[in-house]
Formats: sequence, structure tokens, C-alpha cells
Amino acid sequence: MKIQVDMDLCESHGQCVFAAPAIFSFDDDDNLVHAETADESLRDAVEKAAAACPVRAIRIEAATGDAAA
Amino acid sequence: MSARFDEHGILVVGASLAGLRACAALRKHGYDGRLTVIGDEPHLPYDRPPLSKEFLAGGTDGADLPLPVAGLGITWQLGRRATRLHLAARTVEVDDGTRFPFDGLVIATGSTARPWPAAPAGVHTLRGLDDARSLRAALRRDGRLLVIGAGFVGSEVAATARGAGVDVTVVDPAPQPLHRAVGEAAGEFVAALHRQAGVDLRTSTKVVSLEGVRKLTGARLSDGTEVPATAAVVALGSAPATGWLAGSGLDITAGVRCDRHARVLRRDGTPAPGVVAAGDVTRWPHPWADAPGVTLGHWSHAAEQAETAAHSLLFPGAPASYRPVPSFWSDQYDVKFRSVGLPALADSADVREYDLGARRLDVAYFRQGRLIGALTGNRVARIAAYRAQLAADLEGR
Ligand SMILES: Cc1cc2nc3c(=O)[nH]c(=O)nc-3n(C[C@H](O)[C@H](O)[C@H](O)COP(=O)(O)OP(=O)(O)OC[C@H]3O[C@@H](n4cnc5c(N)ncnc54)[C@H](O)[C@@H]3O)c2cc1C
Ligand code: SF4
Repeated sequence: MKIQVDMDLCESHGQCVFAAPAIFSFDDDDNLVHAETADESLRDAVEKAAAACPVRAIRIEAATGDAAA
Repeated sequence: MSARFDEHGILVVGASLAGLRACAALRKHGYDGRLTVIGDEPHLPYDRPPLSKEFLAGGTDGADLPLPVAGLGITWQLGRRATRLHLAARTVEVDDGTRFPFDGLVIATGSTARPWPAAPAGVHTLRGLDDARSLRAALRRDGRLLVIGAGFVGSEVAATARGAGVDVTVVDPAPQPLHRAVGEAAGEFVAALHRQAGVDLRTSTKVVSLEGVRKLTGARLSDGTEVPATAAVVALGSAPATGWLAGSGLDITAGVRCDRHARVLRRDGTPAPGVVAAGDVTRWPHPWADAPGVTLGHWSHAAEQAETAAHSLLFPGAPASYRPVPSFWSDQYDVKFRSVGLPALADSADVREYDLGARRLDVAYFRQGRLIGALTGNRVARIAAYRAQLAADLEGR
């Protein structure tokens, strides 16, 4: 799956980092860094992260050629 | 096995974050029956945190407030206030006498701002969108704001109003803003932010009376001084919205009492079948808290507990447990405060960074020598580490 974060919306709340630390983290300046793709096995954690984001900045898309929605 | 709701379906009382998240979780778990939401505000669910920040500042028109409701198949009953729960008959009565029957019930009525008794015009509380609209208009009209109470909402309103060029006086009986919630050092940090921004901060002081015959003109304080004000915000905390549950047989002492599965308890301590609750309205047991449990007014708590509530309602034989590391945020001036755990329950604190110039703060909170929470200002990366440590502590309990 592909993970997109709208960095204009992101306010560094950190909820995604709590929910899916393998995908999301912060750099020293409190900016969010994240993996742009993730294995399907992490879908649950990434969905949790998207739901936990107070500003709804996280979007999950199926990777190209991937059947999952 | 999942429970059956064939006849009347599931009723949610409270059309905001917790109620909506419960609906979303019910659908996610496959519930496809009738779903009715009663809310006393005329609005569809929206986000409250911006009401004391961006929205109040006027930077947004509110287009970013609505929460996503599409695709959930909800029947909305908006502008209707629940007035009574008849547990045996399994109905909820609203203000015009209509009774809504239910098979399953989600209680999500949140909390209500504590008002000032018999206040003249110009005195506001801030809980909902309509409150925020009228306060915003008042701040644009006239330039002198009195904020009564320097908790999170009061401090945010003061910061926002100051940013908009309004003259602001803040009065609080505690020695520091946010004193009870985050203690001495963090309170001092916030006090310094206010003072640097030109807020007239009066701590260890009470508002004795509000002056003005029809319209607010000022306030008399316990130190004998008077402050002029054309608008005031009463930010003295909030109380769980449980009035409509009086006489229902549920335990509503200091919030709707739940067990750790978000099931609502009756006065005899047993769960009321098919009744769950979530969000600001609940009081529930947390492994770090003493017996009567905690009540949290945090966005993430409302969102997360609602998931547990939905699960417990649908699968009464296998209820989910809710044991979160609580977290909240507060944006004031150019500082993003982030907190994890339960700092308010700490008996000591360790200030690891206090740099007013760089606008950075890092405080760890302990109870009986164990980490119980942390608060940072503009140090989000560190909060993630604290959170991991607290999560590990919970695992072990
Ligand atoms: C100004 C403000 C700023 C905030 N800022 C932050 C922040 O920065 N960070 C953070 O973590 N949290 C913040 N919060 C807290 C967060 O918004 C709440 O924790 C969250 O809204 C709780 O959701 P809830 O659904 O439990 O309750 P609410 O959002 O209060 O919703 C309850 C709903 O039920 C309705 N209702 C009540 N009684 C009845 C009845 N009898 N019948 C029908 N409907 C009824 C209410 O009108 C309301 O619409 C803020 C809150 C406010 C007010
Ligand atoms: S939860 Fe949302 S706002 Fe917070 S860091 Fe993640 S993407 Fe940004």
C-alpha cells in the first residue's frame, strides 16, 4: 500500500507515530518523516494511524497493481 | 457471538466525536442495522479543538471543522435534546416528549462548560460552534477580554485573542496557569508565555463579581482591584453531561461510570445490558488511577474509547479492553504542547528542559517513582519515546 501525508495539514500531533512507529517518526526538528510504501501486513497499524490523526492528514492508497482498496 | 439489534437498532446519544467514532466502528465491525444519532446541537458532528485556536482567530471559516460522516447510513435526529433514559422500557425521551426505542445504546453526550451564575450579556463559555461564533464576533467588535480560569481552554483563548491584538486579562485562583493539570514548572512556562505576549495575568486571584447592568463592563477581583472588560470567557472547566440520565438507575456520580470494556454500570455496580459509553462523559478505571477512575477531556480519548464501546456492544461475549496511554495536545502562541500519560496524577516532576527563549519544554512526571506522564513544548520527537515507555509499563500491569 502507498501512504501519503498532507504535510500542509500535519501539525505534528504524533498520533500516527504512536500507532505505527515502524512507518512514522519525527526528525529532530519535530517534522514528521514516514515510509511512502508499506507491506500489506502493516495495513492494520497504518489504518489505525490514519484514524488517530486529528487533522486527517494521512491517506492510504493501494499500491499500483495491488488489488486491495 | 454478536448481539442482536433487529427490532429497533442502535441509538447513539451525542452527535460529536465519540458518538460518530462509535458509529464508524459499528459499521466497520459489520453492523448493518438501524443506526440513529440524537444530538442537541443543530450541527452535524464537527471538531472542537480549533474552536479555541484557528477558528477563534478567524483564520478559517470553519470549513475544516466537519467530521466525515459519509457512508455510515446514520439517521440524524439533530436539534433534539435527550431528557430521560428509561432503561427497563429501553427508550430515550427527548425534549418534545418523543421516545426513541433502542436495542443497543451508546452514551456520548460529552461535557458542558461550567457557566457563571447570572452573568450579564457579553459573558461567554466555549464548548460548541455557536459559542465560538459569538465569542469570535465579540472579539472583533470590542477590544477588552477577561478570561476567567487559566486551564487549557482559558490559556488557548487568551493566546488566540492576544494574537489578534485584543487586550487580555487572565484571572486564576491557582498560583500558575494549568497548575493542577501539569504542575509548577510547566505552569510557570505558560505564565511566562502569557506575560511575554502582553497578557495581564493575575494568578492566586479570584473574580469576585462581574460588573455591568445589562452588558458586561468589568470585574472585581479578590485583591481589591477592578479590571475593565467588554467580553469575558468563563473557562472554569467542564462537567460531564449526565443530567438526562438522572433517575435512570445508572451510576452517574462524576460521570457515566464504565468498566474497562466501556460498558455502563448501574448503581449496583453491574453492567446495564446493551448500554455502552465513550468520551468526555465517562469515568472509567485506568491501571494508573485510584478506584473511582478517571475522566478525560481529550480528543484522542473520545476517539479511542468509542472503538472499544462499539466492540463491546456488538460482541458482549468478548468485550474489548480499553487501556490507553492517554494523550492530548494544546497549541498556545508558537508552542505546541504535547502530553502523554496522566501528569495530573503525579507526585513529582523532573524538568529536563526549560528553555523559554527556544520555546522548548520537557517535563517527566512520576508517581511513587514510576513514570506516569510527560509534557513537552515543541519537542514532539521526545514525546514518542515517553509514550513507548508508558505503553511498556501498561503491558506489565
Ligand atoms: C474549545 C475546545 C478546545 C479543545 N482543544 C483540545 C485540544 O487541543 N486537544 C485535545 O486533546 N482536546 C481538546 N478538546 C477536547 C475535545 O474536543 C473533547 O475531548 C471531545 O470533543 C470529546 O468528544 P465527545 O464526543 O466525548 O464530547 P463532545 O464533543 O462534547 O460531544 C457531546 C455532544 O453531545 C451533545 N449533548 C450533550 N447532552 C445532550 C443531550 N442531553 N441530548 C443530546 N445531545 C447532547 C453535545 O451538545 C455535544 O454535541 C477541546 C475542547 C474544546 C471545547
Ligand atoms: S497524526 Fe497526523 S498530524 Fe500528527 S504527526 Fe501524524 S500525520 Fe501529522
